[in-house]
Amino acid sequence: MNTSPFFIKPTPLQVVMFKVAAALVPAIVVYAWSFGIGILVQIALATATALATEAFCLKLRGYPIKPFVTDGSAIVTAWLMALSFPPLAPWWMIVVAAALSISLAKHMYGGLGQNTFNPAMVGFAIMIVSFPAQMSRWAAPLGVAPQSMDWSAQLSWIFSGQLPAGLTFDAVASATPLDTVKTQLMQHASMSNIFHEPLFGMIGGVGTEWITAAYLLGGLYLLWQKLIPWQIPVTFLAVLGGMAGIFHLVDPTHYTSPMFHWFSGAAMLGAFFIVTDPVTGPTTPLGRVIFAALIGLLTYLIRVFGGYPDGVAFAVLIMNLAAPFIDQYTQPAVFGRKGKQKNAGAKS
Amino acid sequence: MNARAELANNFFPFHGGVHPPEHKNESTGTPIVAGPIPKQLVVPLHQSIGNIAKSLVAVGDLVLKGQMIAAADGSVSAAVHAPTSGKVVAVGPQLVPHPSGLLEHCITIESDGEDRWIERNRFDWRNADGRAIRDYLRDMGVVGLGGAVFPSHLKIGGAKEGLDTLVINAAECEPFITCDDMLMRERAVQIVEGIKIVQQLLQARQVLIGVEDNKPEAVDAMRAAIAVCEFPIQVVVVPTLYPSGGAKQLIKLLTNKEVPSGVRSTDLGVQCFNVATIYTIYRAMEHAEPVISRVVTLTGNVERPGNVEALIGTPIDDLLAFAGNKADSDAYIYGGPMMGFEIPGTDVGLSKAGNCIIAKSGALFPPKPVEMPCIRCGKCADACPAELQPMDLYWFGKSKNFGKAQERNLFDCIECGACAYVCPSNIQLVDYFRFSKSEIWSAEKLKKSADQARERHEFRIFREEREKREKAERLAAKAAQKHDAAAASSDPADAERAAKIKAAMERAAAKKVEAAAAQAGADPLTPVDPDAVSVPVSEAVAAPAPEPVVSQLDPEKAERIRLAMEKRAAEKAALDALSPEEKAARDAEKKAKIEAAMAAAAARKAEKAAAQAQQDKSE
Ligand code: SF4
Ligand code: SF4
Repeated sequence: MNTSPFFIKPTPLQVVMFKVAAALVPAIVVYAWSFGIGILVQIALATATALATEAFCLKLRGYPIKPFVTDGSAIVTAWLMALSFPPLAPWWMIVVAAALSISLAKHMYGGLGQNTFNPAMVGFAIMIVSFPAQMSRWAAPLGVAPQSMDWSAQLSWIFSGQLPAGLTFDAVASATPLDTVKTQLMQHASMSNIFHEPLFGMIGGVGTEWITAAYLLGGLYLLWQKLIPWQIPVTFLAVLGGMAGIFHLVDPTHYTSPMFHWFSGAAMLGAFFIVTDPVTGPTTPLGRVIFAALIGLLTYLIRVFGGYPDGVAFAVLIMNLAAPFIDQYTQPAVFGRKGKQKNAGAKS
Repeated sequence: MNARAELANNFFPFHGGVHPPEHKNESTGTPIVAGPIPKQLVVPLHQSIGNIAKSLVAVGDLVLKGQMIAAADGSVSAAVHAPTSGKVVAVGPQLVPHPSGLLEHCITIESDGEDRWIERNRFDWRNADGRAIRDYLRDMGVVGLGGAVFPSHLKIGGAKEGLDTLVINAAECEPFITCDDMLMRERAVQIVEGIKIVQQLLQARQVLIGVEDNKPEAVDAMRAAIAVCEFPIQVVVVPTLYPSGGAKQLIKLLTNKEVPSGVRSTDLGVQCFNVATIYTIYRAMEHAEPVISRVVTLTGNVERPGNVEALIGTPIDDLLAFAGNKADSDAYIYGGPMMGFEIPGTDVGLSKAGNCIIAKSGALFPPKPVEMPCIRCGKCADACPAELQPMDLYWFGKSKNFGKAQERNLFDCIECGACAYVCPSNIQLVDYFRFSKSEIWSAEKLKKSADQARERHEFRIFREEREKREKAERLAAKAAQKHDAAAASSDPADAERAAKIKAAMERAAAKKVEAAAAQAGADPLTPVDPDAVSVPVSEAVAAPAPEPVVSQLDPEKAERIRLAMEKRAAEKAALDALSPEEKAARDAEKKAKIEAAMAAAAARKAEKAAAQAQQDKSE
């Protein structure tokens, strides 16, 4: 027999997931526009692998395949992971990463909703730890590289590691803006010189700054759709920017500005799409703020003082571990139980 | 007036809430109409949260409209009255509008169509004391008509220094339901009269009527009715947001006071009455009319949705026929779509809690999609008016971690369903909470009944021991008496013997107690076998009593005792004369008897347990 409520709001999980995916589309378009077709190939590979792995795991675990494969969660994971990969990474890397992220990070923990770690970040982290060289071979934005790769060259490089005669990957590759700043600073280059390199645009990297702006746009859409709580991106960006701001004020020659930190690397992607992953974060209002703040802090520390150019993925994974504890200690007071003085006063 | 109007829109929003499609317009197009007088009425006797009312009639009795047919049983109960005149044709268990589908006591009345009233005497409530008023309301069967059927008389009186705020719940936040709306539109004056009565009884200093802003006509009607009232009554228009009609939510909205669970709102100086209840209080106080009808919204998949003033006990079938039930209706919701339930059958009689009946069709209520896993999106927590974290409670309920759920305030959940309404994974969260609650309740009940059983058992053992001890003492006293008599014969041998007897008896008694204790300890559930422990007693008693002592007593008694002793001696001799085989056979027979008795007891126990389990399950 049916039980109340007999009404439910028609906001199926699929709709939520596909809206998240839709919010990524502007950034993907800008990405493909400034870096070429590689990112689309990575997304396609990641999506196909993720869905196949999802179906396989569901079958192994005896779950109904159709409703779960079509829930959109695997697609979102795949896209987020592909967007954090170097767009010209060899094809097998994203395939392995996607397979691992779905099987290891998601289904080994019990499937959708049960995973402790953000699956996309797990896939990314495994690969960057295992294959640091390949994972840091980023293509320069089209128009910046001395010699640019057309779409067939990109495809051939991704799938066979071959390039057209006369072209070497080093000629088309470039470090990311975050990486460049980090390594150049270590070589005692001055900040103004670094920023004079053609790689840099107005506030971040050429192309990169537009992509991150597009993430921001998608994020605003998610906020408008009430799919993510505003406290998370705001806190995360505020802490990241605040840290950058303090260091930048103290020593502008060695520390880049908040704007640079916001619009380079995975800051915007993280703020709106990764730190906001509800499954792996705390659910209490206060807990979310603490969570986002600590990720912002860790991201800055890893970026500036750690061993990796970008810190979002590791910061998120570290904090994923802490999420249950944060939840435990930030339980909000329930209706009628806020503060003893209210009740005591009422009793008199 | 202006200042009041300004004040009137002051409210204090509560956390969460949802806004499902209202579906109110369907049933507000026509005025309230009188319902049919059905051929038969099935009047449930459990019309309050307390005990089932005690039937006062028998099959074959003729009853008049308004005649009390069942009296309140205990203080949390309320009386039940004949909704129309006719003949009692059945008294007994029937299907009632309750989600469990359990049978409950009902009185079935065959109406004679005359609808003849019993003689009514107006109650002079102005000159009655609080107790008389409460008894009167109880005997008029006045209970909360908002759905909780809490007896109203329990809410009246008690507050000596007066009540701070009387809150009238007219929010009617559930979709589809419009019975309170229509009642206010059409009978605002009577409602205000009722408010005045309750205000006076409670000595309330302020009265706030909470109405959702989707009922402008009702607001106007109420405002017009209170305009001429000398006492300040405010209509507070609150936003349309489910569940603003929850008593706690409305109190928060109107007074900014949060009533914690386990605390009565009166402790915070607030008392809340549903607007329809106020109306019935008015009818009872001023017209001596018991609660025999109520306005019920008939809506959903019917030809003529609307509001009907229906007699309590009217079979749902008749009401649906009255509203023109459509052929493709597949189920019926009793109450609203957010908190109501599907009725187990349409032959159940309308109860006082029945504010709405919604005919369901596949088009109106599409089947719920499959449940997906919780993604901890927090939408449920955002919607929860009790400010709980439903996804955590869900998790605890699912993993049967009920203690943890209780720790996280599971019992603060008002089962409003707002969380389930918004969940993108279509999780029937409320079901998990109901399940958790019932598990906790039944565990507690089990523990309680086990405690009770243990206590009963311990008490019985204690009593048996005491009785045996007393008996032994009596016997000892008697023996002592005899001993005194023996001493009087100044025969030292007698005295010595008597002392020995006494000692033996004491030893026997001690042994008996020990045996009983050992048995009780070994298996607390096996009843102590009285035979087993009484054996040494009879020996102890039988062994002494030598001739000389008897001779000192009056001859008649002595003769009787002597005969008895002879008989016992003969028995003993016969027993001694038995061959070992015969003895064994006799013992076996005895043992078999004991075993049979024990088996019977065990069977009875098992039967009882099974019955209990059955009952628990069906609850
Ligand atoms: S709304 Fe549903 S999916 Fe979201 S947290 Fe609550 S239970 Fe989980
Ligand atoms: S049903 Fe309970 S948990 Fe769900 S929203 Fe209502 S009060 Fe909160």
